[in-house]
Amino acid sequence: MFAAACLGILVVMALALVRASLPGNVYDRILAINMFGTKTVLFIAAYGFLTERPDFLDIALTYALINFIGIIAVLKLVERVAGTASPETDE
Amino acid sequence: MSLVLDLVSWTMLLGGVFLGVSGAVGLFRFPDFYTRLHAAGVTDTLCAALILGGLMVQAGWSLVSIKLAFILLFLWYTSPTASHALAKAALRAGLGPRLAEKENPPSKS
Repeated sequence: MFAAACLGILVVMALALVRASLPGNVYDRILAINMFGTKTVLFIAAYGFLTERPDFLDIALTYALINFIGIIAVLKLVERVAGTASPETDE
Repeated sequence: MSLVLDLVSWTMLLGGVFLGVSGAVGLFRFPDFYTRLHAAGVTDTLCAALILGGLMVQAGWSLVSIKLAFILLFLWYTSPTASHALAKAALRAGLGPRLAEKENPPSKS
């Protein structure tokens, strides 16, 4: 059962990665990476259940913290850089 | 009794995975950045809730489900905040939403 959940989450992560690699403005990519990070948290939790190792949940919690900080940091960086180059409105 | 728990957690896990996949597909098909932001936002909150809830049902009343609850609470607080910061940054950088083409001038109706 957990294997099915892990596989499903892996599919979602693959889709998010493919979306991140497609050409598009920078905010689409940050969005895809944000979704990838959130799904990684879920994958770690599900995989911890799959292999009966409850200590994976601490790793998942830490990863959720770091993912959030990372997204906000990237946004601050892009916001400062975007002041100069304006992204195309939409592909 | 454990069969019922397995059934409940099985449906929650499958529901969570289905929402995640639909959100990911929405990430491809939606026409505009802000609609894609909505698609990704849906998966962050409800998909995480269903999957972690399914795991909680499996773990029963133990430290493991308390940790899962903390992860869920944290995700529920941070992913909307991250989506908001993303939308605000995009809007301030001049990425306007794609509005409907105005075939006829907005009538009084």
